Amino acid sequence: MNLPAEALSALQTFQAATGWEQRARLLMQWGDRLPALNEAYKIDANRVLGCESQVWLIGDLQDSHWQFAASSDARLIRGLVALLLVRVNGLSAQELQQVDLPEWFNQLGLSRQLSPSRSNGLNAVLQRMRELADR
Amino acid sequence: MMISSPWRADFPAIAALQRQDQTYLDNAATTQKPQALLDALTHYYANGAANVHRAQHLPGAHATQAFEDSRGKVAQWLNAGADGQIIFTHGATSALNLLAYGLEHQFNPGDEIVISALEHHANLLPWQQLALRRDLELIVLPLDADGLIDLDAAASLIGPRTRLLAVSQLSNVLGAWQPLPALLAMAKAHDALTVVDGAQGVVHGRHDVQALGCDFYVCSSHKLYGPDGLGVLFGRNEALRQLRHWQFGGEMVQNADYQHASFRPAPLGFEAGTPPIASVIGLGATLDYLSGLDQDAVNAHEAALHAYLLQGLLARKGLRLLGKPQVALASFVVEGVHNSDVAHLLTEQGIAVRAGHHCAMPLLKSLGLPGAIRVSLALYNDSDDLERFFTALDQALELLR
Repeated sequence: MNLPAEALSALQTFQAATGWEQRARLLMQWGDRLPALNEAYKIDANRVLGCESQVWLIGDLQDSHWQFAASSDARLIRGLVALLLVRVNGLSAQELQQVDLPEWFNQLGLSRQLSPSRSNGLNAVLQRMRELADR
Repeated sequence: MMISSPWRADFPAIAALQRQDQTYLDNAATTQKPQALLDALTHYYANGAANVHRAQHLPGAHATQAFEDSRGKVAQWLNAGADGQIIFTHGATSALNLLAYGLEHQFNPGDEIVISALEHHANLLPWQQLALRRDLELIVLPLDADGLIDLDAAASLIGPRTRLLAVSQLSNVLGAWQPLPALLAMAKAHDALTVVDGAQGVVHGRHDVQALGCDFYVCSSHKLYGPDGLGVLFGRNEALRQLRHWQFGGEMVQNADYQHASFRPAPLGFEAGTPPIASVIGLGATLDYLSGLDQDAVNAHEAALHAYLLQGLLARKGLRLLGKPQVALASFVVEGVHNSDVAHLLTEQGIAVRAGHHCAMPLLKSLGLPGAIRVSLALYNDSDDLERFFTALDQALELLR
């Protein structure tokens, strides 16, 4: 599966990162670049439960391609969510079913963010995305 | 100023964690275990496990003896004396649920249960759900600015309709000793039952349930350097007689027919099924170990370490403590920085602290906070642990600001 251009750029940047500090800075930069979510979408129905911070995720199919948007009040989770969205936005329903998201974060050197004990919410975001995709 | 712990080497996991570059400061969640406990567990499993209070055979007799010796050690640790009994449960949560179900028949619609605003979910939800089942009023005592239960408010809220008071001895978020003598006196003046959640309190200093005068005292083993899966419920004899049996099964029964049965009194009548035998024996070994320590020295060490923690936290700009912590732990937030971001970056640097609502969601909500970072200490921590934490915190805040 070909990576979207932005995802490729994320992959190259994160794979070149050395150390936790640089990865944290990058995560915050990616988080800052995440397009702002319209306040009207920041409602309970769009809240991802199971995060220490507030995370909202919406998504719908446009011309049979997925477009997700998200936001969080915490910076690092916002970065993680931004990295998720660059990987999945624009995929067809079938492509979204097939994409291995844990492997994506593994390639980025961020697999620890998906460990089961993590309450940062990335797992919950992935779960929510699957629910939206299965509707 | 260096504060070293003479007991650090007694806890092998601390060295193992250090080899993994981990600094463990989440002791209010659970503690590392002394070698004495590991030895006791190995000894029990390596020399013949057996069920307790059932079999006439020798391994069963040994296990039962060790199990009951532990009960005696717990009674002694809490100075239960002849006043009451120790019941073993599967955790502090389980002990509080035992009380909420076992006392249910004592309540009539409109009766009041009084708790406080700082209760851990374990000492909130069992009472909340009991109140819903029985159509009772759940009264929540407010806190003052320092994080203590407000005694003036309590005096007006604890009244003739109060049937039970259930409060924490030491808050797991605010680290403040609660004014139990005054609160218990108010409850007793109205003939209400009193329950003390000692899950955090029992770990710091020694406590005397007879002097405290509560009807029930609950604590957990794993926070007190003991094995997990084990809780302790002390009950005064008269109070225990008010409990109805709540879980049914093996060895809690006196006589069983197909259509009815009669049950044992406390403690065995409230220990249905095979208890966590190894954990009970292990807790006994932990208490032997703790009893051998110079308690004054432990108290002094914990106080010095706590002062060091507070001093370091207050020296950081924009950092705000929750309440006025007195012992064991401190929770804080940093202005303009999300606690989840701080927690993320502390984790990256091998600092094990807790972030979030600390199983006290209503308390955090009442403080207007989505969460907080909690640093919690144990007797094996030293000032180097705290220095590593402070360095990591500074790094995190520098990145985030």
